[in-house]
Amino acid sequence: MDNIAGTRARLTWAVNLTAICLVVLWTIPTFGLLVSSFRNADQIASSGWWDALFATQSVDYKRAEGADAQVREGDTYVIAGDLLQDGKLSSWGISSRAPAAYQPGEVVDVDEGQQLTVQEDGSYRITSSNRFEGRRGMRIFLTTSVPPDFTLENYDRVVTAEGLGRAFLNTMTVTIPATVIPILVAAFAAYALAWMQFPGRAILVACVVGLLVVPLQVSLIPLLKLHNAIGLGKGYMGIWLAHTAFGLPLAIYLLRNYMVGLPKEVIESARVDGATEFQIFRRIILPLSFPALASFAIFQFLWVWNDLLVATVFLGNSQDQLVMTGVLRELLGSRGGDWEILAASAFISISVPLIVFFAMQKYLVRGLLAGSVKGG
Amino acid sequence: MEQFIYAAGTILVGVFACVTWFWGSNFILDSMYPARGAHAGRNIKRANLIRPWLFLGPALLILGTYLVYPVADSIWRSLHDADGAEWVGMANYRWLASDPKFRESILNNLMWLVVVPSLSTFFGLLVAQITDRLRWGSFAKSMIFMPMAISFVGAGVIWKFVYDYRGADQEQIGLLNALWTGMGFDPQTWLTLPFWNNFFLMAVLIWIQTGFAMVILSAALRGISEETIEAAILDGANPWQLFFRIKVPQIWGTIAVVWTTITIVVLKVFDIVFVMTNGQWGTQVLANFMYDWMFRGSPDYGRGSAIALVIMILVLPIMIWNIRNARREMN
Repeated sequence: MDNIAGTRARLTWAVNLTAICLVVLWTIPTFGLLVSSFRNADQIASSGWWDALFATQSVDYKRAEGADAQVREGDTYVIAGDLLQDGKLSSWGISSRAPAAYQPGEVVDVDEGQQLTVQEDGSYRITSSNRFEGRRGMRIFLTTSVPPDFTLENYDRVVTAEGLGRAFLNTMTVTIPATVIPILVAAFAAYALAWMQFPGRAILVACVVGLLVVPLQVSLIPLLKLHNAIGLGKGYMGIWLAHTAFGLPLAIYLLRNYMVGLPKEVIESARVDGATEFQIFRRIILPLSFPALASFAIFQFLWVWNDLLVATVFLGNSQDQLVMTGVLRELLGSRGGDWEILAASAFISISVPLIVFFAMQKYLVRGLLAGSVKGG
Repeated sequence: MEQFIYAAGTILVGVFACVTWFWGSNFILDSMYPARGAHAGRNIKRANLIRPWLFLGPALLILGTYLVYPVADSIWRSLHDADGAEWVGMANYRWLASDPKFRESILNNLMWLVVVPSLSTFFGLLVAQITDRLRWGSFAKSMIFMPMAISFVGAGVIWKFVYDYRGADQEQIGLLNALWTGMGFDPQTWLTLPFWNNFFLMAVLIWIQTGFAMVILSAALRGISEETIEAAILDGANPWQLFFRIKVPQIWGTIAVVWTTITIVVLKVFDIVFVMTNGQWGTQVLANFMYDWMFRGSPDYGRGSAIALVIMILVLPIMIWNIRNARREMN
């Protein structure tokens, strides 16, 4: 029932093609940086990353040995040697105007009675009926094909020398408590808002919905002042609290919506059986709410891990407090041209969210569908 | 290592404190008003009056301190001078009205508000529709959804590389310039092109947000009842009509939600501009402008707060709309 028979094949083609184009368009920027992170600085600066995927042709010239190296074989004089240490050449030539004029193995007349041949492995042989003269050997142009060459050097360097290893640990230190704490606080609040009767409940729910969209820019200056005033200053404690607070509205909103949908009978019968609210919460609500808890945990994890603004405001700029987004930002500012450093750093910083993303995509989608009123 | 012990310790202490609070306060409440004995009925009633606030307490405290109080404090600060010492009335706002950089930020933000939500929603809808029946559709969706997991800063690095510029005599290593010169034009420094550079920054956010729009809209498209679609096909609707006349009108509500959510993201957009141009070359936006005034050599918290409140005011209509919707759902 999908389409009318005649147009179907053409439409399927168009759909497939459009989808391929969009997927390529969406992945290619990331892919480009990923490829670059495995190339060294010279390679990045001299050619586009797309060249790195294929064998590249490089043209170079070498000098054959001079007349000193000639040996006599019968009535011909011969100079022989090897121009390449390793690799293969795809073509060669004897003038800079046509550096790739001949195929390997071809025998070429150079001048009066001299003949030159270069083999694929780089060995050459010049023969002449007369004695060679002159100390400088002949120039031979070689076109070699260099196979794709990738290195892990950049990663090694950024983790050890550029302080990214340290930043990785700092990011972990920020992210894990900032994900765990709001879940706990929000779960209790959500339970109260979903299953307890008390005056003002509707207003509180409305407040939470309202707070979902409060731009955190509004909070920055007052909280910076507040943290200084109460002696928290710039440190992990402050950023944990800040992230907890910024994540709470979404956590409460998501969890409450989920808990409201839990079967009423289970909770009622537990109450009748004399379970305390705390027991109901711990034995029934928490286990049943696992999908919602997981959704929020992923959200909060991604958001905290990827955050730059809150970290720059509430954490210091010293080595032992700088998170990965902060390091990236500094690298972009001070070493904007060092693409090998930037690319490797960026990939280390996005690797963890990407792993989480692909492993838990199901929960992320579910959370998005349930809570699509918050934005960043 | 020390740091990890500190972090792990804090998690433990935090979790322990939370649990102690919830469990302990409930325990005290239950022993003060035991649900048995002569006054069981009255006791339960009283305990149930107090208990919600025990559960809500920590959340309300944190929300109050970190989100509600700051709004009030920002209003107060915006009416004071740089360090909050002296009352200046509306001076900060008058300054805003006359500042060319502020005007630039507002105009840019409005441009972002028009372009980013519309294109993200458009691409999201497109992808949602065309991948729906594809055999490799879920792979395609994953790929387009992926940028959601990448930080704005990471995205900044990725796209700065795409926009990279080399002199005309060198080989271009940025994809865009490589294509551009491949078509026979001169290479461009995309991020400094007046006016157009804004759109190159917007592309980054569209790239990130399309996945979000796609996920939500794809669920909405699946939720459309088969009957209306079947009926339309029987009536001879072609695929275009089916999509624009039957499907889209049925998911207007969801499109609105997607649109407003992305609008909020756009209003707060900071990292992308911060790391890619830092507001130079005519690309300033409100959030970055505010950061500027907060952290420049001598911070001016009065002006910074005033800018933050402008963002807040722009968000306000959406906030009210959300609350209305939520209340309607609750009733």
